[in-house]
Amino acid sequence: MNVLETKDLTYTYGVGTPFEITAVDGVSVSVEAGEFLGVIGHTGSGKSTLIQMLNGLIRPTAGQVLLNGEDIWAKPKEIRRVRFKVGMVFQYPEYQLFEETVLKDIMFGPKNMGLSDADAEAKAREAARFTELREDLLEKSPFELSGGEKRRAAIAGVIAMDPDVLILDEPAAGLDPKGRDLILAQISNYHRERQNTVLLVSHSMEDIGRTADRVLVMNRGKAEFLGPTRRIFAEGQELSEMGLRLPQITSILRRLSGMGMPVGDTVLSVDEAFFQLLPLLKRGGGKGAGA
Amino acid sequence: MISDITLGQFFPGSSVMHRLDPRVKLCMTVYYIGLIFCSRNWITLALTVLTALSGVVLSKVPAKLYLKSLKPIWFLIAFTGILNLFYGSGEPIWSFGFLSITRAGIINAVMIAVRLVVLILISSVLTFTTSPTQLTDAIERVLKPLALLHVPVHEFAMMMTIALRFVPTLLEETDKIMSAQKARGADLESGGLAQRIRALIPILIPLFVSAFRRAFDLATAMESRCYHGGAGRTRMKTLHLGRVDYGVLALCAAYLVLFVLLTALLPAAI
Ligand SMILES: Nc1ncnc2c1ncn2[C@@H]1O[C@H](COP(=O)(O)OP(=O)(O)OP(=O)(O)O)[C@@H](O)[C@H]1O
Ligand SMILES: [Mg+2]
Repeated sequence: MNVLETKDLTYTYGVGTPFEITAVDGVSVSVEAGEFLGVIGHTGSGKSTLIQMLNGLIRPTAGQVLLNGEDIWAKPKEIRRVRFKVGMVFQYPEYQLFEETVLKDIMFGPKNMGLSDADAEAKAREAARFTELREDLLEKSPFELSGGEKRRAAIAGVIAMDPDVLILDEPAAGLDPKGRDLILAQISNYHRERQNTVLLVSHSMEDIGRTADRVLVMNRGKAEFLGPTRRIFAEGQELSEMGLRLPQITSILRRLSGMGMPVGDTVLSVDEAFFQLLPLLKRGGGKGAGA
Repeated sequence: MISDITLGQFFPGSSVMHRLDPRVKLCMTVYYIGLIFCSRNWITLALTVLTALSGVVLSKVPAKLYLKSLKPIWFLIAFTGILNLFYGSGEPIWSFGFLSITRAGIINAVMIAVRLVVLILISSVLTFTTSPTQLTDAIERVLKPLALLHVPVHEFAMMMTIALRFVPTLLEETDKIMSAQKARGADLESGGLAQRIRALIPILIPLFVSAFRRAFDLATAMESRCYHGGAGRTRMKTLHLGRVDYGVLALCAAYLVLFVLLTALLPAAI
């Protein structure tokens, strides 16, 4: 079953001006229900534009977005309903916080859905649990939190709407490695527990490799590849031509495999590499010093 | 999208009007706006129209942009025109109840409308051909004598430069915040007045917070580069009057003489 499907989706900025630019160009892809899809592409490849069309924030110049088989723009008046089903976390979402307390801010989405205060609060607390915001933080002003905490509060604000599809645009941008690991782990947990669809947009093949089941590669507004993460990682050459770099760990193991070592050439994470290298180390003992 | 709004839009180019010294352009604009409202007969009015049009042509900016800059004020022009239509004195040509139109009223209405259009065109020539930095530079130089009266001219000019610089940034930011809140189901389009105003809160608060953050960052950045106001500050690009500038100034002077003569010799239109 496909939750989301795009048909020939196209978006052009500045139609009729000298600055006309087609940011998304005839993209036809399907997103399966319950999958974790990574969206990757170089700067300006149209990732942000594409995902903004998926929840009806911008209206396609041409083509369609189907949510559960229905065109989301069939009834433009009801586009808000689509936004509740397809939750969107923007890049640097911490700049959207505005309420007196963190809890109230997280409740903003649920309340817009028409939930009662009590229901909205329950949803908000549940969402705060996913992003591991401590109880005492919930009563603070959002402007008193640290950068990483603000980011997690903003993500909770979208999770609280309980969307069928959660889209995150570079959720880890500008965080230190620890903050980044934390947020990615929380998103993975959320995906595992809720079993709903997650789209993660990122520049970083590392982040995608660690989390995604499948990957969509965008290049100059076109959908270049869509397939299982491991298969995409096998296209190292093509990816680097598109300005994307394989994770360091993947490159290292590819080199080792090229030298004849029995390791996979599409490892996705350091953990995976660790388990592949461990037996070699045990077996090799002293004589493997060259590698 | 909100960023479609263009404000004091500069249109880069290399026409004569672009190359003219911004101080000269600024003074010329103020001077012509003064003349527009002093023109009392058809000949002088036609003359100002002609000057405005030659400014438009010389700027080499597409006519479409000038029409666009007129668009938001068509209503104002029509409104003041129609109001003036009923305000003339003398023999009524047409009357209906307490409303009456006189010859003087018609002439008045036409004159006002033409003056407003010329006013917009002339100021558009200035803003289209002068970058915001050049413009504030010019304002600072022209107002410099006021510094003797302890008016902080440099500070005002700096404030204006910074404000202009941040207009597009803030518009972009507003766009982003609006998208983010819409994604959380904020309803900005429906409801009564009170509800709409309340719907602005989730947009205005983050916008103010970020504007203050930017302001503090900018202040720190300026201070760490030893900015301490205008005293003793030299410029990277000093303005020099060239031959064209002197020529234009001479033309303006000649124009003034002609204008005074025509106004004195010809009868007023009303
Ligand atoms: N509001 C806008 N107006 C005009 N052009 C835009 C706008 N937003 C994006 N673009 C252009 O559309 C293209 C795609 O931009 P988009 O933001 O979708 O890229 P992206 O893949 O998200 O890049 P990044 O990884 O840097 O976030 C770019 O060339 C960009 O310059
Ligand atoms: Mg982007």
